[in-house]
Amino acid sequence: MARDPLFLPERRYQKRRLADAARVLPLVGGALVLLPVLWSTPETATPDAPVPMTSGAGIYLFAVWAVMIALAAIIAPRLSASDADDSPDRD
Amino acid sequence: MVTFNLLIATSLAYVALLFAVAFWAERRAARGKDGWLRSPWIYTLSLSVYCTAWTFYGAVGYAARSGLEFLTIYLGPTGVLIGWWLILRKLVRIGRAQRITSVADLISSRFGKSTMLGVIVTLMAVVGTTPYIALQLQSVTLSFEVFFGGPSNPEQMAAWVAVGLAIFTILFGTRNLDANERHHGVVMAIAVEAVVKLAALIAVGVFVVWYLADGPRDILARIDASPIANWQVEQGRWIGLTFLSAAAFLCLPRMFQVLVVENADERHLATASWAFPLYLLAMSLFVVPIAVMGLELMPRTANPDLFVLTLPLSEGKGGLAMLSFLGGFSSATSMVIVASIALATMVSNHIVMPIWLRAQGDQATVSGDVRWVLILSRRVTIGAIVVLGYLYYVVSGGGTALAAIGLISFVGVTQVLPAMLGGMFWRGATRLGAAAGLIVGAAVWAYTLFLPSFGAGAVFSQAMLDQGPWGVEWLRPQALFGVAGLDPVVHAVIWSVGLNAAAFVAGSLMSFPTPLERLQGAQFVNVFDLSREAQGWTSGQVEAEDLLIMAQRILGAREAQSLFQTAAELQGKSGYLPDPTPEFLDKLERELAGSVGAATAHAMVGQIVGRAAVSVQDLMAVADETAQMLEYSSQLKAQSDELTRTARQLRDANDKLTSLSIQKDAFLSQISHELRTPMSSIRSFSDILRDASLSGEEREKYAGIIYDEAIRLTRLLDDLLDLSVLENGQVALEVQTGSIGAVLDRSISASALGNRLTIQRSRTREDVVVETDLGRLSQVFINLIKNAEKYCRADAPRLSIQVRPAGEWVHVDFIDNGKGIPPAQQALIFEKFSRLSDHSRAGGAGLGLAICREIMTNLRGQIGYLPGQNGAAFRVSLPLRMAMAAE
Repeated sequence: MARDPLFLPERRYQKRRLADAARVLPLVGGALVLLPVLWSTPETATPDAPVPMTSGAGIYLFAVWAVMIALAAIIAPRLSASDADDSPDRD
Repeated sequence: MVTFNLLIATSLAYVALLFAVAFWAERRAARGKDGWLRSPWIYTLSLSVYCTAWTFYGAVGYAARSGLEFLTIYLGPTGVLIGWWLILRKLVRIGRAQRITSVADLISSRFGKSTMLGVIVTLMAVVGTTPYIALQLQSVTLSFEVFFGGPSNPEQMAAWVAVGLAIFTILFGTRNLDANERHHGVVMAIAVEAVVKLAALIAVGVFVVWYLADGPRDILARIDASPIANWQVEQGRWIGLTFLSAAAFLCLPRMFQVLVVENADERHLATASWAFPLYLLAMSLFVVPIAVMGLELMPRTANPDLFVLTLPLSEGKGGLAMLSFLGGFSSATSMVIVASIALATMVSNHIVMPIWLRAQGDQATVSGDVRWVLILSRRVTIGAIVVLGYLYYVVSGGGTALAAIGLISFVGVTQVLPAMLGGMFWRGATRLGAAAGLIVGAAVWAYTLFLPSFGAGAVFSQAMLDQGPWGVEWLRPQALFGVAGLDPVVHAVIWSVGLNAAAFVAGSLMSFPTPLERLQGAQFVNVFDLSREAQGWTSGQVEAEDLLIMAQRILGAREAQSLFQTAAELQGKSGYLPDPTPEFLDKLERELAGSVGAATAHAMVGQIVGRAAVSVQDLMAVADETAQMLEYSSQLKAQSDELTRTARQLRDANDKLTSLSIQKDAFLSQISHELRTPMSSIRSFSDILRDASLSGEEREKYAGIIYDEAIRLTRLLDDLLDLSVLENGQVALEVQTGSIGAVLDRSISASALGNRLTIQRSRTREDVVVETDLGRLSQVFINLIKNAEKYCRADAPRLSIQVRPAGEWVHVDFIDNGKGIPPAQQALIFEKFSRLSDHSRAGGAGLGLAICREIMTNLRGQIGYLPGQNGAAFRVSLPLRMAMAAE
């Protein structure tokens, strides 16, 4: 009986990490998108931490958005190119 | 200047274009040239049904009122798509493997094909979607009003739009009944509409940023100078709405339709995972600039929801306004079309079909019938849903209450989320848990959000909203359990989804799933382990070849080839490989079904063509079929056993008849012989008597011989007559009561024995009283006694007669001390004319024992040879009361 080798071939190893990245991406994106919750409101604003300008907030959100899209665009095609061997239990 | 007629003409031309596109796509798909139609870009664009008129027009109004909060509606779906590897990939794989046709089907399939769950989800979807359709009708009507300051009758306008949409949807949504529920024409039209609405919004955005303002830098400055600058994050709503839109993206029936059902290839999802967020980003990029410029340039009374239209119009850009109108029109129409298709699928599959099948009983096995009913029910349902939306629009008066319905509707459809995700990732989820979660969630949603949304006094009184039902503050609809101060939507999301999930988990933990649920659960949760079929769509040739190989195995090479060749000729192709069109597949399936059963054939063809895993339902159908075949073959076996038995019986009967015929011949020859012997002696002696020269003494001697022979002949004929009467059961029995001893006495004296035979009797035992024909019984006894006298060859012949009572019966044994009868002969002695050997003949014709047997049979008793008694022994058995034994 052939035993599975301890380490995966490099290609498959990279593929697994790519899948990990795909799993982490929405969590990172979610955290960044929910960040405005922590921004100062007029009640909590101090001179050091003023309420962010709407334009700045907009630029921040669109930037996060664009970066997420870019990362997804890098990861997704590589993942789908060969997702036939994606047994979820082994790393 | 845009005239009313021009606008109407443009709209009609646009609709005609959509018709043409849909028709063209259907044609191409039907010819198998759908490679281009199945591109990931079409898939991505079709997802844009998420952006309805509510987002096309409403986003700008939303931004004008609540700043950047409108982004949550787009960021939620972005998160779901970027996280496709976690949820969507599994959802799409399950949808393809299980041939899921709708959200209701997903939930129902996962929990053991539960009809109840299908109905619940369908009803919730209808309730959640109808107001949304009303919203689309309102937006189209409003946009018309913008151009002409209000047409004479907005409701009439909405009615025309509704009729047009219903016709389009029915035409392209129910043209064929594809097993996979894919609609190439509709998807293509939706994709075109997606491009139109994006182009319209970007065109207006570019116009605003570079024509009305001085580019991006200027716009940013204007934003900070506008009322929107006062916007600040409302934490609850920011988190709540992001979650809500993400959940709704998964649960909305129309999104499920385009995401899962219309998905032709899983790899398209990888492209859509970044391309659709990009689309959403492009859709929202210019929302704030348009809102800011609208607030700045338009009068304070202007409706911010319509800035997208009114800004170009006020600047005299009729063409741009027209494009913008078409964008809004596209958003509204695509939503209504896809939503009504999705709902029609649910209603027909989960409500109409179960009812129809139940009403039909067993007659629903004809597949053509069912297809017709399905298509008709879908057409009717589409019409009904659009009419419902229209009625909702008319009843609600098309006011601002309608605008708020968007989020309310989202919360309603989100109630499916716990059952959906739980079913996908948790094998312990059960039907009971899912039903409990759905019902609790829907009830809480209705109580905390939907019913209060009609305003105080409509369903809930103001007092009830303020103080709770019966003054119980903890049950206030919008501040459940004292959670006051939250935004109503967020409040409803927390309570409805929270209690829903709690009920789902609790119900699942407390109930035990049925076998089908457990199987389906394993198939859903472990979908990646069970199916490795992500290779996408194979080309038609390969499919046809696979089908041919399979068909050859089942039908035989020659039949399969001629079937395929004929089909190919019908399609105008040469060779053996026709295109796998639905018609051909139907025909092939029917042919195969003749050999292997319908369910098996369907599963086999499905394996090759649909690339779908065989579902448990398929397997059960196969098992049913196999069971039926086994049953049939066991019936056949029983029948053939029966035939074998019958044949054997027939053979036996034939043997009996043959032997009877032989017996009859033997009997006839015997009887002729027996009659001939006395007759010939009578004739010869009478001949001698005619000679006159005889002395008187001689004459007397010969006359005596003739007399004796005549007596013998008479006796023989008497015996024969007697036997025949007895055999036919025509004998008249004279039943009397008497003791065996008395009968024996009479018989012995009637036997007129000489002194040669000694008879031993035990008189004390003979006092057994019987009720029978004593005369006939005595005849039997006489025969047996005479036989002993005639045949016993002992030196001192002795006959022992023993009477033995045995319960209701009495046995009378006649045992002599002779040589007995050899075993081989024992079975024959009761037959007619059987005599053991000629030398032992003593005047009888061999009918004695046969007559005895017949008499005993008539007396309900029997006579038999009793072996092993050191001599010939006969046992006469008779019932004490003849009548009793007859019963």
